[in-house]
Amino acid sequence: MSIKKFAVAVYDDEAVLFPAVKKVRKAGYKIHDVYTPFAVHGLDVALGEKESDLHVAGFIYGITGTSTALGFMGWIYTTDWPQNFGGKPFFPLPAFIPITFELTVLFAAVGMVLTFCYLNQIMPGVKKHIFDKRQTDDKFVMAIEVNEENAAETEAFLKSTGAEETNIQIAESEWWYGRFDKKEEYEIQQQLV
Amino acid sequence: MLNQEFKIPAKLKTTSLALLAIGVITLLAGIFLLLMSKDQMDQTRFWASLLTNSIFFLLLCLASVFILSATSLAQAAWIVTFRRIPESIGSVVWVFALIAGIILLTLVWTDNTNIYAWLQDGYNPKNSLNALKNIFLSKPFFTIWTILVLVLWSWFGTKIYQLSIQQDKEKKGDTKIYWKNFNVSAGFIFVFALTLASTIPWLWIMSLDSHWFSTMFSWYTFASSFVSGMSLILIWMVYLKKDNQYLDIVNDEHIHDVGKFMFAFSIFWTYLWFSQFMLIWYANIPEETVYFQIRMNGPYKIFFWVNIVLNFVAPILILMPRPTKRNYFVVTLVAVIILLGHWIDFYQMVMPSTVKENWHLGWYEIGIVCGFIGLVIYLVSNKLTKAPLVPQNNPMMKESIIHIS
Repeated sequence: MSIKKFAVAVYDDEAVLFPAVKKVRKAGYKIHDVYTPFAVHGLDVALGEKESDLHVAGFIYGITGTSTALGFMGWIYTTDWPQNFGGKPFFPLPAFIPITFELTVLFAAVGMVLTFCYLNQIMPGVKKHIFDKRQTDDKFVMAIEVNEENAAETEAFLKSTGAEETNIQIAESEWWYGRFDKKEEYEIQQQLV
Repeated sequence: MLNQEFKIPAKLKTTSLALLAIGVITLLAGIFLLLMSKDQMDQTRFWASLLTNSIFFLLLCLASVFILSATSLAQAAWIVTFRRIPESIGSVVWVFALIAGIILLTLVWTDNTNIYAWLQDGYNPKNSLNALKNIFLSKPFFTIWTILVLVLWSWFGTKIYQLSIQQDKEKKGDTKIYWKNFNVSAGFIFVFALTLASTIPWLWIMSLDSHWFSTMFSWYTFASSFVSGMSLILIWMVYLKKDNQYLDIVNDEHIHDVGKFMFAFSIFWTYLWFSQFMLIWYANIPEETVYFQIRMNGPYKIFFWVNIVLNFVAPILILMPRPTKRNYFVVTLVAVIILLGHWIDFYQMVMPSTVKENWHLGWYEIGIVCGFIGLVIYLVSNKLTKAPLVPQNNPMMKESIIHIS
């Protein structure tokens, strides 16, 4: 929980956003985040985000699923309760492959969804500050963390990069759990007092 | 640098002509030593190898026409920067169609070639459950359908290339030819579905065992040819870009995309191969298991396992991480593995049904493969010199250059 001050810029078009992101990074500002109404291809590269390790996690979950399926079925049909199905061997590998495949996919899919939610801090009930409501509709919003000294200067710089409108907001920078509006308002008022 | 003319390096030309010469010498030697031989098995060996290679290389080149049509229909832009490579491969389909046509019709219309068992008296499946199969596996149907299909494939391969060349000469921003290409592609997909994706592999390859059938077979053959076709395109891309400094607008993103196709369709091939195998293995009905008996437990055991390792285990493990799909050396290595693996796949489709347990992988088989590889290199490199390496005036060009995979 930390209340911080942000300079917020609202852009109208991704064609303006891309050069703006480049200019802002070149000028040495550290971008808190950029919010877009849809997935903008190449924005992660422009923002200098490092590649996610999600796929490594996916591989590990998949391997876990494979070994769970093979190990469990193997144990059941060879050790725990061997049964004869139409004269097939007790460990009929080809017959186990579809189930192994399904469990691999299931483990990888569910595991990756949960990991994705963890990495992005999203969960039912988890809230984050929304800088501008139109960021889910048709506007592109960039937030930069500022302090008392450079707030006005940063805002002016953002304006010069082609932002449609700019403002300064005091907001919670992390996620919190609970109601959306009440808690945040309360926190900010406390901070200001 | 949007205007690059490809000049064949002397080394490539020498290599291709040398391979071609090896192929021709092997063929001549094969005619004298195998075809003229008194031994029935030697004659069968002569034809079986020609059949395997002519079909494999025809379908390999045809895969380029398919990927062009599929991307044109999807209006995909990523392929446009290196479109000339599949176009050139597709435009030489007619040569391989001619070779395959001559071989297939010779096999059907000459006596005692011992390749298509259904031709021989007493082998004609009169007692088959479906009377239609007697019409399907008959000399007239085989001849008409084969010629029709080969002509159609050649026409579409050449037409798509020609349309792209015409686009170069149009004025900038003109989309008339682009939409014409769209329509031709739609036509090709239709033809492709009725031929390679269904009837042709049944007719040419599956009918080698005239009593055995599998509805999966055509899809499985298609997956095999498509993944090797993508590997061939990738090898040309890397060759033109890395070794010769052509195609500088092709970047890691495009290589990555073709790598993804190789990865995904290796898994797709395995899926189809396994679906065909598992049902037969599980049901365990003698007339179905006869196909796998010789391949899995008989003299072809080694090919059966090599097939799985080269076509499934190697691509899935090597190509899974992102960096390997962007590393030119690794991705080319996998492309070579895939091409070799799927050649072996075709080998083990044809050989057990024709030469039975007397399989060879000797001077004759390798010589014929060399000849076909030389022919592919020679024809495609020649075709690449005929037009700028980068398509001009293609409306998708800019989108393709800035493409991020």
